[in-house]
This record gives sequence, C-alpha cells and structure tokens, in this order.
Amino acid sequence: MEAFKIFLLVMLVACAVSVSLTKRLLTSVIIYMCYSLIMSIVWILLRSPDLAITEAAVGAGVSGILMLLTLKKIRRTATDDEAKEGSANEE
Amino acid sequence: MKNSAFAGFLRWLDGDPEILLGAEEMTEQPDVPRDSQKQRIHHLEHVLKDHPLPVPRAFSRRNVRIFYAVVSVVCCLVIISCLLLAVSDLPRFGVEHAEVEEVTEKYVLDGLEETGAVNIVSGIILDYRAFDTLGESFVLFCALNCVLILLRTDSREEEHDISYYSLSGDDVLRKSIMFTLPLVLVFGVYVLLNGHLSPGGGFSGGAVMGGGLILLSTGYGGEVTGRFITERRFKTVCFIALSFYCLSKSYVFFTGANGLETGISLGTPGAILSSGLILPLNIAVGMVVTCTMYGIYRMFKKGSF
Repeated sequence: MEAFKIFLLVMLVACAVSVSLTKRLLTSVIIYMCYSLIMSIVWILLRSPDLAITEAAVGAGVSGILMLLTLKKIRRTATDDEAKEGSANEE
Repeated sequence: MKNSAFAGFLRWLDGDPEILLGAEEMTEQPDVPRDSQKQRIHHLEHVLKDHPLPVPRAFSRRNVRIFYAVVSVVCCLVIISCLLLAVSDLPRFGVEHAEVEEVTEKYVLDGLEETGAVNIVSGIILDYRAFDTLGESFVLFCALNCVLILLRTDSREEEHDISYYSLSGDDVLRKSIMFTLPLVLVFGVYVLLNGHLSPGGGFSGGAVMGGGLILLSTGYGGEVTGRFITERRFKTVCFIALSFYCLSKSYVFFTGANGLETGISLGTPGAILSSGLILPLNIAVGMVVTCTMYGIYRMFKKGSF
C-alpha cells in the first residue's frame, strides 16, 4: 500500500510538471484530466471520499470538457501546422 | 513643453477635443495599396521586414525568455514553501487526541446530537456553516451568469460543429451512453439524497448529475436534453432552489452558528428522513450545481440552451 501511495504521489508530480512542459494544448488538457483522476484516488486514500467524488466529476469531467470546448472554439485542437493547413483549405 | 502630456491635459480641460493636433509632427506615409485587407497585411509585413521596429536590448526576445523562466521558478518556489509551511502547522494526519481547536472539538463532539447528521462534514457545511455554503452556491450562480453574458448568442443558427471534432451521432458513444447514463444519474441522485448519511452531498451529487447530462448532450445532441431542460425551466429551478436556501438559512448570519430552533424534529440519526433541514438544503444545492454545470456546458458549446 505504501508503495502504491508513493507511486501515486510521484505520478502527481510528474503530471503537474509535464502539463507545463507540453507544447500541444490538447495534450496538456488530457494530462490535466489524468492529474485530477490520480488526485481523486489520493483523496480516497486520505479518507475523504466526498472530495474524491467531486474531484472526479468536476476536475476530470466538467472542467476538462470545458477546456476542450474552448480549444475547439479557438481551433487549437490540432498542432499549429495542421491548423494552418486546415484554415488554408477552408479559405 | 508644448508636447507634454500635462499641456495636452490642460488643453483638453479648456475644451479642445483634439489635444494632439498641431503638437505632433506628422510624416507622410508611404503609399499603401488599399484594395484588400490581405494586401495591406502583406504590405505591412514587407515594411516590417525592411525596417524592423527598434527593440531595446534589455527587452530582446532571449532576455525576456530568461526573465520569465527565472520569475516563474521563483514564484513556484515561494508558493511551494508557503504551502509546506501551512501544512506543517496542521495536526498530524490520523493521530488521535491531536491538539485541536475549540471549534473543531465542539463540532466533532456535539455535531451528531445538534444537527442529526451522521456525516459530520455535511452537518458542518449545511448546518453550522450553512451561510458559507450559501455563498458558494451564489458564486457558482454568478459564474453561470457571467458565462451567459459573455457567450450567449441569440441567433437561431443550427449547431455548426467542426466535423472532425464532433462526436454527436457517433454509434459507439451512443451505445455506451445508453448503458452508463442511468448508472451515472442514479449514482448522482444517491450521493445527493444520502448527503447526511454517507460521504457526498449537494455539490458532489449535483456535479455527477451535471456530468451525466453533459454526457447525454454530447452523444445525442442538444435537442434531446433541450426537450426537458428549457431555458424557462432552468431559470425557475435555479431561482426556487437559491431562494429556498436563502430564506431558510441566511438568518444564520445574524444569529450565529447554531441558528434558531426550526421546530423540525431531527429524527433518528441514520434514517433517510432525518437531520432536519439538511436534506432539503442538499437537494437545493444539488439542483443549482446540476443546472450550472449543464448550463455552462451549453453556453460553451452552442451559446444557447
């Protein structure tokens, strides 16, 4: 159990660092959702299941979806090069 | 002196609307082709390439990048050390008879008797600290209103999804939603109604139910959810829930944590109909949270309900 906890905490730090280091916004949103899922498991291990439910529903679900929708609105779901090609084709 | 901002301000006070007229030296601009936006942008790029804008050495791209890197690392370290300091001040996790404050001790010892809630957390947030929770619901509602103001579109256009990203109408998604959606909604209702008995409560249950509605609307399109969540119903539910909460608990702000006697019996702790006002308050918070989650999603997605 102790090893599992340490693994989760290391994954948390890894996710937190890699969110800021990834170039593609879509990837960083997905890593952010992974972070929230891991965090909700950590909440269960810290014996606060109510926070775990909220974290899983809000952190991994709703706010991730809102960020994805925003990315779609500003058309950054593809990499920058692909997006440029796409807009060129549309015109 | 004639060009200074202060002189301009004085002239503006005297009623001169064009404070820079005559004070600025105007130079003749090179002939800009006027036929189209694209050509103009092209021309500007051309001009900028030949005569790049002078940038002071201190603000060169490399220096700015180094500055940002250093500042972000310093900010990170400061925040991390503040948080660690705060954590080291807390009593150790899971230790019995830790040094606790008076208030905490009272909540833990008298909570069950005074609120009737087995789940001490919801006893605190919906009874002793109900006024705080009211504020939280209003923060959510304000956020929804801001999203409404910013993203609302009144045009009656069809939902124009960018095709490569739209999942609406995807068969795999629809089938899996058919199986998971009932489970998600029932779980949400369970968490909501058992808020005073087991972990969970209004916010968690409402968030789960809102997530379920978002799932349905993603797979089957907004028309399906729009059939039973119209704008009018949405507003009515939010208004009734918030005003019920406000009327039943806002006096706590004046009377203190224990509030007034409600006259509702607390019931047997552990039964579903117990702990007085906590169950209805949980339902009210859950309604507001569900509506807010779904409403914000619809605003981001389409701009109307």
